[in-house]
Amino acid sequence: MSSPPVEKTNKRKYILEKLSGRLFLICALLSVISLLLIIGFVFIKGITPFVAEGYSFIDFLFGDDWVPSEDKFEIFPMIVASIYATIGALIIGVPIGLFTAIFLAEIAPKKLAKIISPAVQLLAGIPSVLYGVFGLAVIVPFLQNNLGLAKGQSLIAVILVLAIMMLPTVVTVSETAIRAVPKTYREGSLALGVSHIGTIFKVVVPAAKSGILTAIVLGMGRAIGETMAVILVAGNSLIIPTSLTDSVRPLTTNIALEMGYAAGTHQEMLFATGIVLFSFILILNFVLARISSKGGH
Amino acid sequence: MMTTIMGKHNKDIKEDLPQMTEQSNENTKISVRDLSLFYGEKQALYSLSLDIKEKEVTALIGPSGCGKSTFLRTLNRMNDLIDGVNITGDITIDNENIYQSNDVIKLRTKVGMVFQKANLFPMSIYDNVAYGPRGQGIKNKKELDKIVEESLRGAAIWDEVKDRLKSSALGLSGGQQQRVCIARAIAMKPEIILMDEPTSALDPISTLKVEELIADMKQDYTIVIVTHNMQQAARVSDRTAFFLNGEIVEFDKTDKIFSVPKDQRTEDYITGRFG
Repeated sequence: MSSPPVEKTNKRKYILEKLSGRLFLICALLSVISLLLIIGFVFIKGITPFVAEGYSFIDFLFGDDWVPSEDKFEIFPMIVASIYATIGALIIGVPIGLFTAIFLAEIAPKKLAKIISPAVQLLAGIPSVLYGVFGLAVIVPFLQNNLGLAKGQSLIAVILVLAIMMLPTVVTVSETAIRAVPKTYREGSLALGVSHIGTIFKVVVPAAKSGILTAIVLGMGRAIGETMAVILVAGNSLIIPTSLTDSVRPLTTNIALEMGYAAGTHQEMLFATGIVLFSFILILNFVLARISSKGGH
Repeated sequence: MMTTIMGKHNKDIKEDLPQMTEQSNENTKISVRDLSLFYGEKQALYSLSLDIKEKEVTALIGPSGCGKSTFLRTLNRMNDLIDGVNITGDITIDNENIYQSNDVIKLRTKVGMVFQKANLFPMSIYDNVAYGPRGQGIKNKKELDKIVEESLRGAAIWDEVKDRLKSSALGLSGGQQQRVCIARAIAMKPEIILMDEPTSALDPISTLKVEELIADMKQDYTIVIVTHNMQQAARVSDRTAFFLNGEIVEFDKTDKIFSVPKDQRTEDYITGRFG
């Protein structure tokens, strides 16, 4: 019952086969392990004050005062600022991004699309701090002068910068979705005497709906998680914004601004802020998964 | 089996064409003169001329790549969508040159089209059929209901779908989808219907149903059908044009083409020696 002999050269090939399989497995596990480590670390640090030190999680979420020196850690104004900034950026960025995508995929002559498309993609490659610098040097003074503000750093400045930053994601993903709509749908609609623009809005965009929704959710993720650009134009005041011109401090900026010097409970509370932020992103990813699983009609 | 066909939309246009004296009881609906088509540098159609008669079925046959679909698409200007297409010559429908006007929307309202593969939109059956009329600005619910029912009856599919009008059209079988496509074309009340290999993706039973439908529809519509299937051309059409390499080799009554073809190439093709 001995197994048939394997030639020596082939034997080496089989060993190599097995080894490379293992190597790939280790690489694949590495990213999962990093994810678990980061989540675990943030959660353990962030949960400590509520579990071991008697702070109320409800107060943390819904209270108005963030004064670390007085032991007050309440992040409601930051949650509101993050949500407002994201929604505002979506209101401006999504229509512009969607129309750009429609233009590139459906209307623009090929040559023009070949210039605009890479330009939009390049926009995604610009480091976010440069967006912040641009916002600080151009948008903030513009707002200051034209709206007569004492300080141009405001919610509206954040919204404008984030709207620009989400454009490449929204444009690229929805353009791909629109291009993936079968040509036969367009032909069918045009052959029924419906105009080109009518066809786009009645057939093509609805058929690309799930891809476009994905684009919006991804853009949203980009907006809610953005830190560097936001710090420079937000103004960072700890108030619940009541107007677009109020200075704000979103969740991300709070962590970035204070983590450098925070210690003890203060530091743990910043991790807790991170948990809240992370939960937002998790919810978005969950929504995204739901959308793409429904994608095939 | 199918009795209710859409009301008469065809205006009776009597016109005398001197060169057609022997068939003076039939009106020419579409007249093509010296039509050539180029894709950039490449010529795809070579000065075609033919007259398509009103309320007849005209079949276009020929091997793949011979230009029959391209020709079909010149009749409702669907080739306009392709970059670099250049067309010379004249196509007149009811004595109007369709390439002199730029109102393709009007043209495509008058000339409906059914494609090779059923291309229903991802919406309900009702919305698919109502899509064209809605595009024409018809909003009235009762009027739309009436058009949808008439069109689906006209395409002999009403009984199969009347209980599921609001469900997705993409849940229908291939043959049913193709007949809903025909209903969608009928809903525009066209005078001419172009069909680009409408049964090539269907099973024999569905094919038979569509062929029966075509035979019924010719009472009300002028039909031009591209087909790979020569038996189909023989079964459904009154006249047949044989295309080869972008030219019309022979165009005549279908029974003549299939019994006494004049051209050797036609005979070779229909007897299956090539193609």
